[in-house]
Amino acid sequence: MKKYLPLIILALLAVLPLTGLSTYMLHIMILVIMWSVIGMSWNLLGGYCGQVSFGHAAYFGVGAYTAGILYTKFDLSTWWGIPLCIIVVALFSVVLGYIVLRLRGPFFALATLASGEVMRITAENWVDFTGGTMGILIQKRTWVDKTWYFYIILLIAAVTFFLVKKLIESKLGYYFVAIREDQDAAESLGINTTLYKTVALCISGVMTGIAGAFYTSYMGYIDPHVAFALHDISIITIMIVMVGGVATFWGPFVGALIMVLLAEFIRSMPGLGTAYQTFFGILLIVIIIFLPNGIVGDYKKLKRLVGLGRATS
Amino acid sequence: MLKLVNVKTFYGNIQALKGIDLEVSEGEIITLIGSNGAGKTTTLMSISGITPPGSGEIYFMGQPIHHMSADKIVSLGISQVPEGRHIFPQLSVMENLHMGAFLRTDKNRIAEDIEYVFGLFPILTERRHQAGGTLSGGEQQMLAISRALMARPRLLLLDEPSLGLAPKVVHLIFSIIKKINSEQKTTIFLVEQNANLALQSAHRGYVMENGKIVLEDDADRLLSNEAVKKAYLGL
Repeated sequence: MKKYLPLIILALLAVLPLTGLSTYMLHIMILVIMWSVIGMSWNLLGGYCGQVSFGHAAYFGVGAYTAGILYTKFDLSTWWGIPLCIIVVALFSVVLGYIVLRLRGPFFALATLASGEVMRITAENWVDFTGGTMGILIQKRTWVDKTWYFYIILLIAAVTFFLVKKLIESKLGYYFVAIREDQDAAESLGINTTLYKTVALCISGVMTGIAGAFYTSYMGYIDPHVAFALHDISIITIMIVMVGGVATFWGPFVGALIMVLLAEFIRSMPGLGTAYQTFFGILLIVIIIFLPNGIVGDYKKLKRLVGLGRATS
Repeated sequence: MLKLVNVKTFYGNIQALKGIDLEVSEGEIITLIGSNGAGKTTTLMSISGITPPGSGEIYFMGQPIHHMSADKIVSLGISQVPEGRHIFPQLSVMENLHMGAFLRTDKNRIAEDIEYVFGLFPILTERRHQAGGTLSGGEQQMLAISRALMARPRLLLLDEPSLGLAPKVVHLIFSIIKKINSEQKTTIFLVEQNANLALQSAHRGYVMENGKIVLEDDADRLLSNEAVKKAYLGL
Protein backbone atom coordinates (compact mmCIF):
# COMPACT_ATOMS: atom_id res chain seq x y z
CA MET A 1 0.00 0.00 0.00
CA LYS A 2 2.69 2.44 1.05
CA LYS A 3 4.61 1.69 -2.09
CA TYR A 4 1.70 2.78 -4.25
CA LEU A 5 0.83 5.87 -2.22
CA PRO A 6 2.61 8.30 -4.58
CA LEU A 7 0.77 6.80 -7.56
CA ILE A 8 -2.58 6.91 -5.76
CA ILE A 9 -2.10 10.55 -4.82
CA LEU A 10 -0.97 11.34 -8.34
CA ALA A 11 -4.09 9.67 -9.73
CA LEU A 12 -6.33 11.54 -7.28
CA LEU A 13 -4.74 14.83 -8.25
CA ALA A 14 -5.03 13.97 -11.93
CA VAL A 15 -8.81 13.58 -11.73
CA LEU A 16 -9.18 16.76 -9.68
CA PRO A 17 -9.89 19.08 -12.66
CA LEU A 18 -12.60 16.66 -13.83
CA THR A 19 -14.60 17.19 -10.66
CA GLY A 20 -15.81 20.59 -11.76
CA LEU A 21 -13.54 22.56 -9.49
CA SER A 22 -13.95 26.32 -9.71
CA THR A 23 -11.28 28.24 -11.61
CA TYR A 24 -10.20 29.81 -8.35
CA MET A 25 -9.76 26.45 -6.60
CA LEU A 26 -7.85 25.13 -9.59
CA HIS A 27 -5.56 28.15 -9.39
CA ILE A 28 -4.94 27.42 -5.71
CA MET A 29 -4.10 23.80 -6.52
CA ILE A 30 -1.69 24.89 -9.25
CA LEU A 31 0.06 27.10 -6.70
CA VAL A 32 0.15 24.27 -4.17
CA ILE A 33 1.76 21.93 -6.66
CA MET A 34 4.20 24.56 -7.90
CA TRP A 35 5.29 25.26 -4.35
CA SER A 36 5.67 21.53 -3.71
CA VAL A 37 8.12 21.41 -6.60
CA ILE A 38 10.15 24.27 -5.14
CA GLY A 39 9.92 22.72 -1.67
CA MET A 40 11.07 19.31 -2.92
CA SER A 41 13.99 20.92 -4.73
CA TRP A 42 15.00 22.89 -1.68
CA ASN A 43 14.61 19.76 0.45
CA LEU A 44 17.14 17.89 -1.68
CA LEU A 45 19.81 20.49 -0.97
CA GLY A 46 18.72 21.75 2.45
CA GLY A 47 17.02 18.72 3.97
CA TYR A 48 19.15 15.85 2.71
CA CYS A 49 22.48 17.46 1.91
CA GLY A 50 22.24 19.86 4.85
CA GLN A 51 23.06 23.01 2.88
CA VAL A 52 20.39 25.45 4.06
CA SER A 53 19.82 27.92 1.26
CA PHE A 54 18.17 31.26 1.94
CA GLY A 55 18.36 32.21 -1.69
CA HIS A 56 16.32 29.79 -3.74
CA ALA A 57 14.65 32.80 -5.33
CA ALA A 58 17.85 33.14 -7.36
CA TYR A 59 17.15 29.84 -9.17
CA PHE A 60 13.42 30.46 -9.40
CA GLY A 61 14.10 33.90 -10.87
CA VAL A 62 16.71 32.75 -13.35
CA GLY A 63 14.26 30.07 -14.56
CA ALA A 64 11.44 32.61 -14.77
CA TYR A 65 13.57 35.12 -16.63
CA THR A 66 14.91 32.48 -19.01
CA ALA A 67 11.33 31.92 -20.14
CA GLY A 68 10.52 35.63 -20.12
CA ILE A 69 13.57 36.72 -22.09
CA LEU A 70 13.00 34.00 -24.68
CA TYR A 71 9.63 35.64 -25.25
CA THR A 72 10.75 39.30 -25.30
CA LYS A 73 14.09 38.94 -27.09
CA PHE A 74 13.68 35.89 -29.27
CA ASP A 75 9.96 35.91 -29.83
CA LEU A 76 9.65 32.30 -28.73
CA SER A 77 6.96 30.71 -26.60
CA THR A 78 7.68 30.91 -22.87
CA TRP A 79 7.25 27.15 -22.73
CA TRP A 80 10.67 26.77 -24.35
CA GLY A 81 11.94 28.22 -21.10
CA ILE A 82 11.33 24.90 -19.35
CA PRO A 83 13.82 22.82 -21.38
CA LEU A 84 16.20 25.73 -21.86
CA CYS A 85 16.36 26.65 -18.19
CA ILE A 86 17.75 23.18 -17.45
CA ILE A 87 20.95 24.29 -19.18
CA VAL A 88 20.86 27.92 -18.04
CA VAL A 89 20.14 27.21 -14.39
CA ALA A 90 22.59 24.28 -14.28
CA LEU A 91 25.38 26.58 -15.50
CA PHE A 92 24.24 29.28 -13.12
CA SER A 93 24.23 26.79 -10.21
CA VAL A 94 27.73 25.57 -10.98
CA VAL A 95 29.10 29.12 -11.08
CA LEU A 96 27.22 30.19 -7.95
CA GLY A 97 28.02 26.91 -6.22
CA TYR A 98 31.71 27.41 -6.89
CA ILE A 99 31.47 30.58 -4.81
CA VAL A 100 28.96 29.77 -2.07
CA LEU A 101 29.68 26.08 -1.47
CA ARG A 102 33.09 26.88 -0.02
CA LEU A 103 31.23 28.27 2.94
CA ARG A 104 29.58 26.28 5.67
CA GLY A 105 26.53 26.55 7.90
CA PRO A 106 25.43 30.10 8.66
CA PHE A 107 27.99 31.55 6.25
CA PHE A 108 26.57 29.49 3.42
CA ALA A 109 23.05 30.57 4.38
CA LEU A 110 24.05 34.23 4.34
CA ALA A 111 25.91 33.92 1.05
CA THR A 112 22.89 32.30 -0.62
CA LEU A 113 20.67 35.01 0.83
CA ALA A 114 22.97 37.60 -0.68
CA SER A 115 23.06 35.79 -4.02
CA GLY A 116 19.28 36.00 -4.31
CA GLU A 117 19.40 39.72 -3.60
CA VAL A 118 22.27 40.25 -6.04
CA MET A 119 20.18 38.61 -8.74
CA ARG A 120 17.18 40.80 -7.92
CA ILE A 121 19.23 43.99 -8.07
CA THR A 122 20.87 42.85 -11.29
CA ALA A 123 17.49 42.17 -12.87
CA GLU A 124 16.26 45.60 -11.74
CA ASN A 125 19.18 47.44 -13.26
CA TRP A 126 19.96 45.50 -16.42
CA VAL A 127 17.02 47.19 -18.08
CA ASP A 128 18.00 46.42 -21.69
CA PHE A 129 18.00 42.72 -21.06
CA THR A 130 15.40 42.14 -18.36
CA GLY A 131 13.10 45.10 -18.73
CA GLY A 132 14.07 46.29 -15.25
CA THR A 133 11.32 47.02 -12.75
CA MET A 134 8.79 47.24 -15.59
CA GLY A 135 9.03 43.50 -15.66
CA ILE A 136 8.07 41.21 -18.52
CA LEU A 137 4.47 40.94 -19.60
CA ILE A 138 3.50 37.95 -21.71
CA GLN A 139 0.78 39.45 -23.86
CA LYS A 140 -0.76 36.28 -25.14
CA ARG A 141 -1.33 33.47 -22.68
CA THR A 142 -1.36 29.96 -24.10
CA TRP A 143 -4.69 28.95 -22.62
CA VAL A 144 -7.48 30.82 -20.89
CA ASP A 145 -8.63 27.69 -19.14
CA LYS A 146 -6.39 26.52 -16.29
CA THR A 147 -6.75 22.76 -16.79
CA TRP A 148 -3.67 22.37 -18.98
CA TYR A 149 -1.53 24.44 -16.68
CA PHE A 150 -2.63 22.15 -13.89
CA TYR A 151 -1.57 19.03 -15.77
CA ILE A 152 1.76 20.52 -16.80
CA ILE A 153 2.72 21.47 -13.26
CA LEU A 154 1.44 18.12 -12.01
CA LEU A 155 3.73 16.39 -14.50
CA ILE A 156 6.67 18.53 -13.36
CA ALA A 157 5.86 17.73 -9.73
CA ALA A 158 5.58 13.99 -10.43
CA VAL A 159 8.94 13.98 -12.20
CA THR A 160 10.50 15.98 -9.36
CA PHE A 161 9.03 13.67 -6.72
CA PHE A 162 10.28 10.48 -8.35
CA LEU A 163 13.64 12.02 -9.20
CA VAL A 164 14.22 13.11 -5.59
CA LYS A 165 13.04 9.73 -4.32
CA LYS A 166 15.33 7.82 -6.70
CA LEU A 167 18.28 10.04 -5.84
CA ILE A 168 17.78 9.80 -2.10
CA GLU A 169 17.39 6.04 -2.21
CA SER A 170 20.50 5.69 -4.36
CA LYS A 171 24.10 5.85 -3.19
CA LEU A 172 24.14 9.54 -4.00
CA GLY A 173 21.46 10.07 -1.35
CA TYR A 174 23.66 8.46 1.27
CA TYR A 175 26.54 10.70 0.30
CA PHE A 176 24.27 13.73 0.64
CA VAL A 177 23.16 12.60 4.10
CA ALA A 178 26.75 11.87 5.10
CA ILE A 179 27.73 15.41 4.15
CA ARG A 180 24.81 16.76 6.16
CA GLU A 181 25.67 14.66 9.21
CA ASP A 182 29.38 15.39 9.29
CA GLN A 183 31.17 17.03 6.45
CA ASP A 184 34.65 16.55 7.88
CA ALA A 185 34.06 12.86 8.41
CA ALA A 186 32.68 12.51 4.88
CA GLU A 187 35.76 14.22 3.54
CA SER A 188 38.07 12.07 5.63
CA LEU A 189 36.49 8.99 4.02
CA GLY A 190 37.34 10.24 0.58
CA ILE A 191 33.98 11.72 -0.41
CA ASN A 192 34.60 14.73 -2.61
CA THR A 193 32.18 16.91 -0.68
CA THR A 194 32.49 19.90 -2.99
CA LEU A 195 31.52 17.77 -5.98
CA TYR A 196 28.49 16.19 -4.31
CA LYS A 197 27.32 19.48 -2.85
CA THR A 198 27.55 21.00 -6.32
CA VAL A 199 25.53 18.09 -7.74
CA ALA A 200 22.84 18.62 -5.08
CA LEU A 201 22.78 22.36 -5.69
CA CYS A 202 22.60 21.87 -9.45
CA ILE A 203 19.66 19.47 -9.35
CA SER A 204 17.90 21.53 -6.71
CA GLY A 205 18.49 24.74 -8.66
CA VAL A 206 17.36 23.31 -11.99
CA MET A 207 14.08 21.96 -10.55
CA THR A 208 13.40 25.29 -8.87
CA GLY A 209 14.22 27.02 -12.16
CA ILE A 210 11.72 24.84 -14.00
CA ALA A 211 9.07 25.93 -11.50
CA GLY A 212 10.12 29.51 -12.25
CA ALA A 213 9.83 29.02 -16.00
CA PHE A 214 6.40 27.50 -15.47
CA TYR A 215 5.44 30.50 -13.35
CA THR A 216 6.22 32.90 -16.21
CA SER A 217 4.08 30.89 -18.62
CA TYR A 218 1.27 30.56 -16.13
CA MET A 219 1.08 34.02 -14.56
CA GLY A 220 2.07 35.89 -17.71
CA TYR A 221 3.95 38.54 -15.79
CA ILE A 222 7.23 38.69 -13.88
CA ASP A 223 9.30 41.48 -12.44
CA PRO A 224 12.41 41.41 -10.23
CA HIS A 225 10.39 41.80 -7.04
CA VAL A 226 8.18 38.85 -7.91
CA ALA A 227 10.74 36.46 -9.39
CA PHE A 228 13.64 37.16 -7.03
CA ALA A 229 11.53 37.86 -3.93
CA LEU A 230 13.38 37.33 -0.67
CA HIS A 231 10.49 36.60 1.67
CA ASP A 232 7.84 35.63 -0.84
CA ILE A 233 10.05 32.95 -2.40
CA SER A 234 13.30 32.22 -0.55
CA ILE A 235 11.86 32.36 2.95
CA ILE A 236 8.48 30.84 2.09
CA THR A 237 10.29 27.91 0.48
CA ILE A 238 12.09 27.20 3.73
CA MET A 239 8.85 27.59 5.69
CA ILE A 240 7.04 25.13 3.46
CA VAL A 241 9.68 22.49 4.07
CA MET A 242 9.93 23.26 7.78
CA VAL A 243 6.17 23.04 8.26
CA GLY A 244 5.81 19.92 6.15
CA GLY A 245 8.91 18.13 7.34
CA VAL A 246 12.59 18.50 6.50
CA ALA A 247 14.13 15.49 4.75
CA THR A 248 10.80 13.73 4.17
CA PHE A 249 9.32 12.88 0.76
CA TRP A 250 5.85 14.23 1.52
CA GLY A 251 6.86 17.17 3.68
CA PRO A 252 7.10 19.72 0.87
CA PHE A 253 3.68 18.76 -0.49
CA VAL A 254 1.98 18.91 2.91
CA GLY A 255 3.81 22.14 3.68
CA ALA A 256 2.81 23.73 0.39
CA LEU A 257 -0.80 22.68 0.87
CA ILE A 258 -0.96 24.23 4.33
CA MET A 259 0.97 27.38 3.51
CA VAL A 260 -0.88 28.21 0.30
CA LEU A 261 -4.30 27.54 1.81
CA LEU A 262 -3.39 29.44 4.96
CA ALA A 263 -2.11 32.42 2.98
CA GLU A 264 -5.31 32.53 0.93
CA PHE A 265 -7.46 32.14 4.03
CA ILE A 266 -5.73 34.86 6.05
CA ARG A 267 -5.56 37.25 3.12
CA SER A 268 -9.31 36.97 2.68
CA MET A 269 -9.98 37.98 6.29
CA PRO A 270 -11.01 41.62 6.46
CA GLY A 271 -8.70 43.75 8.54
CA LEU A 272 -6.21 40.93 9.10
CA GLY A 273 -5.26 40.13 5.53
CA THR A 274 -2.18 42.29 5.29
CA ALA A 275 -0.75 40.74 8.44
CA TYR A 276 -0.52 37.25 6.92
CA GLN A 277 3.24 37.18 7.33
CA THR A 278 2.80 37.71 11.07
CA PHE A 279 0.68 34.58 11.17
CA PHE A 280 3.33 32.71 9.19
CA GLY A 281 5.91 33.78 11.74
CA ILE A 282 3.77 32.57 14.64
CA LEU A 283 3.08 29.28 12.86
CA LEU A 284 6.80 28.76 12.26
CA ILE A 285 7.61 29.34 15.94
CA VAL A 286 4.91 26.89 17.01
CA ILE A 287 6.15 24.29 14.53
CA ILE A 288 9.78 24.65 15.60
CA ILE A 289 8.86 24.27 19.29
CA PHE A 290 6.34 21.44 19.07
CA LEU A 291 7.08 19.67 15.78
CA PRO A 292 10.74 20.33 14.97
CA ASN A 293 10.63 17.65 12.29
CA GLY A 294 7.54 19.12 10.65
CA ILE A 295 4.09 17.65 10.24
CA VAL A 296 5.24 14.63 8.23
CA GLY A 297 8.44 14.09 10.22
CA ASP A 298 6.65 14.29 13.56
CA TYR A 299 3.42 12.67 12.40
CA LYS A 300 3.37 10.17 15.26
CA LYS A 301 3.96 12.91 17.81
CA LEU A 302 1.24 15.02 16.20
CA LYS A 303 -1.20 12.13 16.38
CA ARG A 304 -0.39 11.66 20.05
CA LEU A 305 -0.82 15.38 20.76
CA VAL A 306 -4.21 15.42 19.02
CA GLY A 307 -5.15 12.21 20.80
CA LEU A 308 -4.28 13.69 24.16
CA GLY A 309 -6.34 16.77 23.33
CA ARG A 310 -9.35 14.55 22.79
CA ALA A 311 -8.81 12.53 25.94
CA THR A 312 -8.75 15.57 28.18
CA SER A 313 -11.66 17.43 26.62
CA MET B 1 56.33 5.61 3.78
CA LEU B 2 55.21 9.00 5.09
CA LYS B 3 57.56 11.94 5.31
CA LEU B 4 56.94 15.47 6.50
CA VAL B 5 59.52 18.10 5.65
CA ASN B 6 59.40 21.47 7.39
CA VAL B 7 55.58 21.55 7.43
CA LYS B 8 54.05 24.82 8.56
CA THR B 9 50.30 25.13 8.97
CA PHE B 10 48.31 28.23 9.78
CA TYR B 11 44.82 28.99 11.03
CA GLY B 12 44.39 32.48 9.65
CA ASN B 13 47.25 34.43 11.19
CA ILE B 14 47.96 31.89 13.88
CA GLN B 15 50.78 29.49 13.12
CA ALA B 16 49.93 26.10 14.57
CA LEU B 17 52.84 24.15 13.11
CA LYS B 18 56.23 25.80 13.12
CA GLY B 19 58.09 23.45 10.83
CA ILE B 20 57.48 19.78 11.46
CA ASP B 21 59.81 17.04 10.23
CA LEU B 22 58.88 13.47 10.80
CA GLU B 23 58.96 10.11 9.13
CA VAL B 24 56.86 6.97 9.35
CA SER B 25 58.10 3.66 7.97
CA GLU B 26 55.90 0.89 6.65
CA GLY B 27 54.48 -1.44 9.30
CA GLU B 28 55.25 0.84 12.23
CA ILE B 29 53.07 2.19 14.98
CA ILE B 30 54.20 5.76 15.48
CA THR B 31 52.84 7.96 18.19
CA LEU B 32 52.81 11.69 18.48
CA ILE B 33 52.40 12.89 22.05
CA GLY B 34 52.21 16.33 23.56
CA SER B 35 50.01 18.57 25.66
CA ASN B 36 46.87 20.42 24.61
CA GLY B 37 47.42 22.86 21.79
CA ALA B 38 50.84 21.49 20.88
CA GLY B 39 49.67 20.93 17.31
CA LYS B 40 49.12 17.17 17.27
CA THR B 41 45.70 17.26 15.64
CA THR B 42 46.85 19.94 13.21
CA THR B 43 49.68 17.65 12.14
CA LEU B 44 47.15 14.91 11.34
CA MET B 45 44.82 17.35 9.58
CA SER B 46 47.76 18.58 7.49
CA ILE B 47 48.60 15.03 6.44
CA SER B 48 45.01 14.15 5.56
CA GLY B 49 44.57 17.40 3.64
CA ILE B 50 41.62 18.71 5.64
CA THR B 51 43.77 21.64 6.81
CA PRO B 52 46.39 21.82 4.05
CA PRO B 53 49.84 23.06 5.11
CA GLY B 54 50.83 26.63 4.33
CA SER B 55 54.35 25.57 3.38
CA GLY B 56 56.57 22.52 3.55
CA GLU B 57 56.26 19.14 1.90
CA ILE B 58 54.47 15.91 2.71
CA TYR B 59 55.33 12.72 0.85
CA PHE B 60 53.41 9.48 0.90
CA MET B 61 55.11 6.50 -0.79
CA GLY B 62 57.45 9.04 -2.36
CA GLN B 63 54.61 11.03 -3.86
CA PRO B 64 54.04 14.65 -2.81
CA ILE B 65 50.57 14.99 -1.28
CA HIS B 66 50.66 18.44 0.29
CA HIS B 67 48.76 19.99 -2.61
CA MET B 68 46.16 17.24 -2.92
CA SER B 69 42.56 17.48 -1.82
CA ALA B 70 41.41 15.39 1.13
CA ASP B 71 39.47 12.89 -0.99
CA LYS B 72 42.46 12.32 -3.29
CA ILE B 73 44.69 11.62 -0.31
CA VAL B 74 42.24 9.01 0.99
CA SER B 75 42.30 7.32 -2.39
CA LEU B 76 46.07 6.87 -2.03
CA GLY B 77 45.51 4.80 1.12
CA ILE B 78 45.50 7.18 4.06
CA SER B 79 42.46 6.93 6.32
CA GLN B 80 41.80 9.15 9.27
CA VAL B 81 39.83 8.50 12.43
CA PRO B 82 39.08 12.07 13.44
CA GLU B 83 39.14 13.29 17.02
CA GLY B 84 35.73 13.07 18.65
CA ARG B 85 34.88 10.17 16.32
CA HIS B 86 32.70 12.04 13.83
CA ILE B 87 30.47 9.13 12.96
CA PHE B 88 27.26 9.81 11.02
CA PRO B 89 24.66 9.89 13.81
CA GLN B 90 21.56 9.21 11.74
CA LEU B 91 23.02 6.50 9.56
CA SER B 92 23.03 2.94 10.86
CA VAL B 93 26.21 1.10 11.81
CA MET B 94 26.10 -0.78 8.50
CA GLU B 95 25.57 2.42 6.53
CA ASN B 96 28.46 4.06 8.35
CA LEU B 97 30.67 1.14 7.39
CA HIS B 98 29.57 1.24 3.77
CA MET B 99 30.36 4.93 3.73
CA GLY B 100 33.89 4.02 4.78
CA ALA B 101 34.17 1.85 1.68
CA PHE B 102 33.23 4.83 -0.49
CA LEU B 103 36.33 4.71 -2.67
CA ARG B 104 36.58 0.94 -2.93
CA THR B 105 36.32 -0.58 -6.36
CA ASP B 106 36.42 -4.22 -5.26
CA LYS B 107 32.79 -4.20 -4.17
CA ASN B 108 32.62 -7.96 -3.71
CA ARG B 109 35.19 -7.86 -0.93
CA ILE B 110 33.42 -5.24 1.14
CA ALA B 111 31.20 -7.81 2.86
CA GLU B 112 34.33 -9.74 3.81
CA ASP B 113 35.84 -6.67 5.42
CA ILE B 114 32.64 -5.91 7.28
CA GLU B 115 32.89 -9.41 8.75
CA TYR B 116 36.50 -8.69 9.68
CA VAL B 117 35.68 -5.50 11.61
CA PHE B 118 32.72 -7.24 13.26
CA GLY B 119 35.24 -9.84 14.34
CA LEU B 120 37.42 -7.13 15.88
CA PHE B 121 34.49 -5.47 17.61
CA PRO B 122 31.75 -8.09 18.14
CA ILE B 123 29.52 -5.56 19.91
CA LEU B 124 29.03 -3.78 16.57
CA THR B 125 27.42 -6.90 15.15
CA GLU B 126 24.60 -6.55 17.66
CA ARG B 127 24.30 -2.87 16.85
CA ARG B 128 24.46 -3.22 13.07
CA HIS B 129 21.01 -1.74 12.36
CA GLN B 130 21.12 0.85 15.11
CA ALA B 131 21.68 4.54 14.28
CA GLY B 132 25.27 5.58 14.95
CA GLY B 133 24.19 8.37 17.28
CA THR B 134 22.55 5.93 19.70
CA LEU B 135 25.81 4.08 20.37
CA SER B 136 27.85 4.63 23.51
CA GLY B 137 31.08 6.60 23.31
CA GLY B 138 33.23 3.49 23.22
CA GLU B 139 31.09 1.85 20.57
CA GLN B 140 31.23 5.02 18.48
CA GLN B 141 35.02 4.97 18.67
CA MET B 142 34.97 1.32 17.59
CA LEU B 143 32.69 2.26 14.72
CA ALA B 144 34.93 5.16 13.72
CA ILE B 145 37.98 2.88 13.61
CA SER B 146 36.03 0.19 11.74
CA ARG B 147 34.75 2.74 9.25
CA ALA B 148 38.28 3.94 8.55
CA LEU B 149 39.43 0.32 8.10
CA MET B 150 36.73 -0.22 5.47
CA ALA B 151 38.81 1.85 3.08
CA ARG B 152 41.62 -0.73 3.48
CA PRO B 153 44.15 1.94 4.31
CA ARG B 154 47.90 1.43 4.16
CA LEU B 155 48.27 4.19 6.72
CA LEU B 156 45.73 4.73 9.49
CA LEU B 157 45.72 8.08 11.25
CA LEU B 158 44.19 7.91 14.71
CA ASP B 159 43.38 11.06 16.62
CA GLU B 160 42.91 10.64 20.37
CA PRO B 161 41.15 7.27 20.32
CA SER B 162 41.07 7.26 24.14
CA LEU B 163 39.23 10.56 24.40
CA GLY B 164 36.42 10.43 26.96
CA LEU B 165 36.37 6.64 27.24
CA ALA B 166 36.39 4.37 30.27
CA PRO B 167 39.84 2.87 31.05
CA LYS B 168 38.60 -0.64 30.24
CA VAL B 169 37.38 0.42 26.81
CA VAL B 170 40.60 2.33 26.19
CA HIS B 171 42.62 -0.82 26.81
CA LEU B 172 40.39 -2.82 24.48
CA ILE B 173 40.77 -0.22 21.73
CA PHE B 174 44.53 -0.11 22.08
CA SER B 175 44.81 -3.88 21.94
CA ILE B 176 42.75 -3.84 18.74
CA ILE B 177 44.99 -1.14 17.29
CA LYS B 178 48.00 -3.38 17.88
CA LYS B 179 46.10 -6.30 16.39
CA ILE B 180 45.28 -4.33 13.23
CA ASN B 181 48.93 -3.42 12.91
CA SER B 182 50.16 -6.99 13.26
CA GLU B 183 47.38 -8.77 11.31
CA GLN B 184 46.68 -6.33 8.50
CA LYS B 185 50.19 -4.84 8.35
CA THR B 186 48.53 -1.45 8.49
CA THR B 187 50.91 1.33 9.41
CA ILE B 188 49.50 3.39 12.26
CA PHE B 189 50.08 6.99 13.15
CA LEU B 190 48.63 7.62 16.59
CA VAL B 191 48.06 10.98 18.20
CA GLU B 192 47.39 10.64 21.90
CA GLN B 193 47.28 12.57 25.14
CA ASN B 194 47.51 9.39 27.15
CA ALA B 195 51.25 9.29 26.61
CA ASN B 196 51.88 6.27 28.79
CA LEU B 197 49.49 4.03 26.91
CA ALA B 198 50.50 5.39 23.53
CA LEU B 199 54.19 4.79 24.12
CA GLN B 200 53.50 1.28 25.39
CA SER B 201 51.71 0.44 22.15
CA ALA B 202 54.00 2.22 19.70
CA HIS B 203 57.35 1.38 18.18
CA ARG B 204 58.58 4.93 17.96
CA GLY B 205 57.37 8.25 19.27
CA TYR B 206 57.63 11.97 18.66
CA VAL B 207 57.09 14.58 21.36
CA MET B 208 55.57 17.86 20.36
CA GLU B 209 55.56 21.23 22.07
CA ASN B 210 54.24 24.54 20.76
CA GLY B 211 54.06 23.47 17.14
CA LYS B 212 57.49 21.87 17.06
CA ILE B 213 58.92 18.39 17.44
CA VAL B 214 61.18 18.50 20.50
CA LEU B 215 62.07 14.85 20.90
CA GLU B 216 62.13 11.72 18.79
CA ASP B 217 63.10 8.23 19.89
CA ASP B 218 62.09 4.59 20.26
CA ALA B 219 58.94 4.32 22.34
CA ASP B 220 60.51 2.39 25.23
CA ARG B 221 63.36 4.84 25.46
CA LEU B 222 60.91 7.73 25.56
CA LEU B 223 59.09 5.93 28.36
CA SER B 224 62.24 6.00 30.47
CA ASN B 225 63.32 9.49 29.40
CA GLU B 226 63.41 11.74 32.45
CA ALA B 227 62.00 14.81 30.70
CA VAL B 228 59.15 12.84 29.17
CA LYS B 229 58.42 11.14 32.47
CA LYS B 230 58.17 14.47 34.21
CA ALA B 231 56.16 16.33 31.62
CA TYR B 232 53.83 13.67 30.25
CA LEU B 233 53.79 10.56 32.35
CA GLY B 234 53.25 12.23 35.69
CA LEU B 235 56.03 10.25 37.32
